[in-house]
Amino acid sequence: MNSELLNEFTFFVLAVFVGIEVISKVPTMLHTPLMSGTNAIHGIILVGALVIAAGADSPVTIILGLLAVVLATTNVVGGFVVTDRMLEMFKGRQTTRTQEPVNPK
Amino acid sequence: MTVFYALAYLLAAVLFILGLKQLSSPKTARNGNFTAAAGMVIALGVTVPQLHVTAAGAIIILIGVVIGAAVGTIGARQVKMTQIPQMVALFNGAGGAAAALVAVAELVRFGPHPPLTEALPSVFSIVIGSVSFAGSLVAFAKLQELMTGTPITYPGQQLVNGLLAAAIFGFVIAVLAIASIPFSFLALMLLALILGVAFVLPIGGADMPVVISLLNAFTGLAVAASGFTLNNFALIVAGTLVGASGSLLTKLMSDAMGRSLGNVLFGAFGKVQAAPGAAAGKEGRTVRTGSVEDLATLLAYSRRVIIVPGYGLAVAQAQHAVRELADLLEKRGVEVNYAIHPVAGRMPGHMNVLLAEANVPYEQLKEMDEINDEFKDADVVLVVGANDVVNPAARNTPGSPIYGMPILNADQAKNIVFMKRSMRPGFAGIDNDLLYDPKTIMLFGDAKDSLTKLVNAVKAA
Repeated sequence: MNSELLNEFTFFVLAVFVGIEVISKVPTMLHTPLMSGTNAIHGIILVGALVIAAGADSPVTIILGLLAVVLATTNVVGGFVVTDRMLEMFKGRQTTRTQEPVNPK
Repeated sequence: MTVFYALAYLLAAVLFILGLKQLSSPKTARNGNFTAAAGMVIALGVTVPQLHVTAAGAIIILIGVVIGAAVGTIGARQVKMTQIPQMVALFNGAGGAAAALVAVAELVRFGPHPPLTEALPSVFSIVIGSVSFAGSLVAFAKLQELMTGTPITYPGQQLVNGLLAAAIFGFVIAVLAIASIPFSFLALMLLALILGVAFVLPIGGADMPVVISLLNAFTGLAVAASGFTLNNFALIVAGTLVGASGSLLTKLMSDAMGRSLGNVLFGAFGKVQAAPGAAAGKEGRTVRTGSVEDLATLLAYSRRVIIVPGYGLAVAQAQHAVRELADLLEKRGVEVNYAIHPVAGRMPGHMNVLLAEANVPYEQLKEMDEINDEFKDADVVLVVGANDVVNPAARNTPGSPIYGMPILNADQAKNIVFMKRSMRPGFAGIDNDLLYDPKTIMLFGDAKDSLTKLVNAVKAA
């Protein structure tokens, strides 16, 4: 195992623990936005799609590259926009509340 | 310069972690999404100047980004809030497919004899990415009701799926050991796509959120594997974060249903309920139905009302009607709260999103642990389109498939009003004793229609 692979493996193992630790305190009500948000984050595959698309020089790699870039961009953009739409509503509700000072309780 | 790029990727990874952290609190959640998006912009921004772009490459990148951004934006803006789960499934499928295609392109580039350290993660990424893509499409079709939501089973299904998995394993060995067979990885991809479909078919529509969450984690791992192939730090960290957190989220979801993940994925849930014979011999019992006017009076002269919204409310798009009723009751001095079961709606937290869309005040949404002691003081519990989450069998009937699932203590209230379309059981497929409780009044019909009628009747009361 060369040192670069060893480094990568180290990052991988540490990221597993960070991922579990960060998520373990999320309340149930935010699970759907959270799933959507993590869904957007794995859209980082766009970085990989850009790398293979940039080097495209044959019909096969051109098709593969184009498809990968389209799909990955859809994942990133759609993922973040739809997550924001969900979370926007949590925020909107709080502002409407401040406009109605009378508490029904 | 490479140091600069490496530090930028590190910054992006930190922003992803901070973003996830902020997503864990309602106050900072929206910022969390922006933080993660900023990380994405940085990661993409430092990738572009590192590319060695061919002329064809520049063109397909431009075209691809424009198409993808348009499809993603339009899809995310147009989708109705009740259809969020299937939209997430589609975006997840797109990511899985992209990861598989990136791995295929890498194998094509390496030629017949890739080094094992490149081939192994590539093959992993192809298999997992393809399973995620095909599975996500089936999950989408089930939720969008393009196909039946009931589990599709046939004799020997487990055997067929097992053989598929074995065939994939064989091809993985073949691709790794004798990669000179041209395009053997394409056959591998095809098999993985079939496995993805076969894997999701026997799982019921109501369990799709758990499946989508699992496939989301799969895509994360496929992306991490691509990071190993491309030696890209950002891909490894971001993909692994999603893989780890997605796995935990999947477990939390199935826990909230009182079931193990294995039971969700392989249980063919419909078969379990046949064993204890729970549905047998209940035909003789009668239920009490009430008129809209009676119920309106009951509600209008209560002091405390708890609303239990469920899946049926989401389907009927009745969140605005329920809020109108609640507002009306509050004007009359009735204290109204919402009891949100962890799995209410189509996925955990979905009900909060739907009610937020209808401007229901945040403080009125009570989580199960918070409100369960208040049911005994409630005059009326209004159950709108929910069923299994208030079924006392989860507490009292050890043989029941939902035994052990935490439920809302609706049975402790003085009156229980059930709004249901019919006597049909919930997705667990079992009878609910609460429907036959002497304290229970049924109001049959579409949730939205019934609520609208109730609103008018309360106005008159």
